[in-house]
Amino acid sequence: MKLKMKIYRFDPGADKDPRFDVFEVEASPNDRILDCLNKIRWEQDSTLSYRMSCTHGICGSDAVSINGIPVLACQKLVKDYDYAQEMIIEPLKYFPVIKDLIVNMQPFFKRIRAIQPNYPTLEQTTVNPIEKERLQTNEDRAKIDDAIKCILCGCCVAACPVILEQEPRFIGPAPILREEKYILDSRASPSDTLERMHIMEKPYGIWGCKSYFMCTIVCPKGIKVTEQILKTKKKIIQDLHPTSE
Amino acid sequence: MIHNYDVIVVGGGIAGLYTALTAVEKGCRVAVVSKVHVVRSHSVAAQGGIAASLGNEEEDHFEWHMYDTVKGSDYLADQNAVEILAKEAPNEIIALEQMGVPFTRNALGKIEQRRFGGHTKNQGQAPVKRACYVSDRTGRAIMDTLYDRCLTKNVDMYNEVFVVQLLFDGNHCCGVAGYDIANCTPLVFHAKAIVLATGGCGKIYKTTSNGFASTGDGFALALDSLIPLEDMEFVQFHPTGIYGLGILISEAARAEGGVLRNGLGERFMERYAPTLKDLAPRDIISRAILTELAEGRGVEGQDYVHLDLRGIGKDQLAQKLPEIVSFIKTYLGIDPNQALVPVSPTCHYMMGGVPTDTEGHVLQENGNGFLPGLFAVGECACASVHGANRLGCNSLVDLVVFGHRAGLSVVEHVREKNWPVLPQQAESIVEAKINNLLDSQANERVPILRAAMQRLMSEKCSVFRDNQGLSETLAEIRQLQKCYSNIGLSNKSRVFNYELQEALELENMLKVAEAIVFSALERKESRGAHFRSDFPERNDEAWLKHTMVSAIPEGLEIKYKPISITKFTPGRRRY
Repeated sequence: MKLKMKIYRFDPGADKDPRFDVFEVEASPNDRILDCLNKIRWEQDSTLSYRMSCTHGICGSDAVSINGIPVLACQKLVKDYDYAQEMIIEPLKYFPVIKDLIVNMQPFFKRIRAIQPNYPTLEQTTVNPIEKERLQTNEDRAKIDDAIKCILCGCCVAACPVILEQEPRFIGPAPILREEKYILDSRASPSDTLERMHIMEKPYGIWGCKSYFMCTIVCPKGIKVTEQILKTKKKIIQDLHPTSE
Repeated sequence: MIHNYDVIVVGGGIAGLYTALTAVEKGCRVAVVSKVHVVRSHSVAAQGGIAASLGNEEEDHFEWHMYDTVKGSDYLADQNAVEILAKEAPNEIIALEQMGVPFTRNALGKIEQRRFGGHTKNQGQAPVKRACYVSDRTGRAIMDTLYDRCLTKNVDMYNEVFVVQLLFDGNHCCGVAGYDIANCTPLVFHAKAIVLATGGCGKIYKTTSNGFASTGDGFALALDSLIPLEDMEFVQFHPTGIYGLGILISEAARAEGGVLRNGLGERFMERYAPTLKDLAPRDIISRAILTELAEGRGVEGQDYVHLDLRGIGKDQLAQKLPEIVSFIKTYLGIDPNQALVPVSPTCHYMMGGVPTDTEGHVLQENGNGFLPGLFAVGECACASVHGANRLGCNSLVDLVVFGHRAGLSVVEHVREKNWPVLPQQAESIVEAKINNLLDSQANERVPILRAAMQRLMSEKCSVFRDNQGLSETLAEIRQLQKCYSNIGLSNKSRVFNYELQEALELENMLKVAEAIVFSALERKESRGAHFRSDFPERNDEAWLKHTMVSAIPEGLEIKYKPISITKFTPGRRRY
C-alpha cells in the first residue's frame, strides 16, 4: 500500500521558516513508522533528519509527534493508524527544534541532573564493595517498578499541558519520576529521602503537576506517571507536612 | 576545538560508564564521548540478567561459573581471565546493588537469581540459578544507575560526537579526533588515557538484535591504527530473535519455562542437548534451529520455529518478562500467553575484538607488550573471556568486572605517566575527511552498498560457513570497498547529516566485515559459534589458539596467539 506522510521540515542552515513535505511510501501494515521514515531517507530524501537507535522502544531516541500525539516511531506500526489518511509527523512539542524532527533535549537532561540522581549515602562502593547486598522485600522493590521503566524519551514532557500552556519552567513528569525512583526506594536513608522531598518542593517542582494525565496517556512504556506523582505528593504531605489538611 | 582530560572514554554503554566512574572516583578528570546520547547506548537493550555465583537460590561456586564459561567458549577462552570474571562477579553485583541497581528480589529479600543457558551446577549436571536480574530490563536498569552516578560525579558527557581517528604521539595513544554530529565541527580530545568502549557491530548483518549504532567503529579505529583484532570469526547468533525483525527475546524466556518447537510441534532441543535442552548455549541452539529448518521442519514451510511461552503462566510472564510480552504484542500483534511466537537466529554479539589483558591494556601488534595510553572494555574488547561462544548473562558481568579493572589501571596510568604530545594536524584531518565526503560528486550510495554487505554477510558468513561461501564473500566485500571509494552524498548539510555519518559507519563496517570473513576463512575447524560445514569437527591440535588479524599495506594478515589454560583441559562439549 501507499502511505502518505506529511513531515515537518526545517534546516537552520538553509530555511528561514519551517515547511511540510509530503512523501509517499510503499508500506505494509506491520511496518514500524521508523521503517517508513528510513525508507524515505534512504530512497527518496537523504536530508530528512531524525534520531534513532535501538528500533524496539528501549533506548528512547526516536520520540516524535504523530498526528499530534508524542510516540516512539519504532514502537508504532502503520496499522496502528488510519492509513487511508495522511499521517502528520512533527518534532516533539516544547523542545526547541534543531532540524526536521530533531529537537534539543538539553533542557530535559538538565532537569534530570537537577534532581541529583544519586544515592549520596553510598559513597565509595565501587572502591570498597561491602560483602553483602542490602535486603529488600519484593513488596518494597515493587514500589519503584513503574519509575524504573522510564527510558527518558521525553514524550511525557511534550504532552504535559502545564508545560505547554501554563508554566514552561515546571520540571515535568519524567524528572519527577526519576526522583521518585530514589524517594520511594526502601534502601535509601531517611535523610536522603527527606532531602529529595525538599528538592521536589522547590518552585516549579512536583506541585506544578495538575494531574492532567496526559503523561500517562502518551507514555510509550505504559507507566502510570500521574498515579506515581500523586503517590509521591502524598508521601511528601505525610512526611513533611503532617499537620496540614 | 581541543578538549583536555586525563581520561577519554569513547562509548557510553555500561562498560564505558563503569570505567569512567571508577576513574572519576579516584580523582581523574574524565569525559565520555558518544555518538548517541549516552543514555541511548545499546547496553540498555540487555534483557535477561547478569551472571554471578552468589548462591542466593541454591548452591553455587565461582569455579562452577568458570567451568561453564570455559566449556561454553568451546575451550578457547583464556582461563586466567575467566577465573577473574567468575571470582569477581559476586563482588561487582554487590557493588551495583550498593549503587542502587533495583534488582528483582526473592522471598528472603535477597537478589533473586534464575537459570540461564549453559550455566550449570557441578560441571554440567543440571541448570543452576546464577543470573541476577531486573525483570527483563537488566541492562536498562544498570545503565540508568551508572548514568545517574556519572552525572552527579561530574563525568563530562560529549553526546552525539562521532570519533574518526585515534591520535598517537609515537606509539603512545594521546587522544581522539572526531566531529560534533550536530554541526560538523571537528573536535579533538587530548588525554593521557583513551578507553575504547564502542560496543559491537551487529549492523554488518541483515538481521540483528543490535541497534543502528552498533557499527563496529572501535574495531575499525583499531585496524586503522594497525592494532590487531582477536577472534573476529566468532560472531554470536542469538537463537530467538523475533522472526523478520531480529528483535531479541531473551534467553530468560526459556529460563522461565519457554520451549522451542519445530513445525511438527516437537521440542527438538531434546535431541540436540539432552541435559540442558532449551537452556543449551546459544551456538548450539542456533545451529539446531537452522538444522530443523534445513531438514524441512520449519513452521508451515517458513524459515522460522516457534517459541512456546504458554506454559509459563500469565502472572509469571507479566512479572518476569514484561518487556518481552510487550514487544511480542506490539510487533507481532499476538499474546504469548495464547499464541506461539515465531523466532529465528539473529546476529547478537561479537566474541572477538580489540585484544586486551585482564586490566584493559591493549596489546600491540607483533606481541610487543602493550600500547601505552590505550585501553579497551566491553563488547569491543577481547580479554578473552568468551572464546568461541559467549554464555548468556556473561556479557553484562564482563562489562562491570573488566570495566572496573580497566578503570583502576587507567587511574594508575594517569598518575604515573607524563602528558603525551598531541599531533598538530588532528583537526584538519577530520575537516578534510568531512569535506571530501560532502564535496564528492561520485555516485555510489550508502544504502545500496550497505544492503549488499548485510545480505552477503547474512547469507554466507553467519551460523554455517564454508570455504566457497567465505571466499566469495571476501572477494565481494573487497569489491564493495572499491565501490565505497566512489561514495557520494546527496545531503550536503552540516547539521545532523546522517548520510555523512552512515557513510563513515559503512566504511568502518566494510573493514570489520573483511576482518571477520578473512579470519573465518583461515580457521579450518568448527568451534563454538564458528561452524565450517567443510571442517565440521573441532581440531584442538591445530586450532586451539586465538586468531589475530591486522591491517597491512597489502590488505590483512593473520597471526596466532596462544591461549591460557589453567584449570580445565579441553574436553568434549556435550550438553
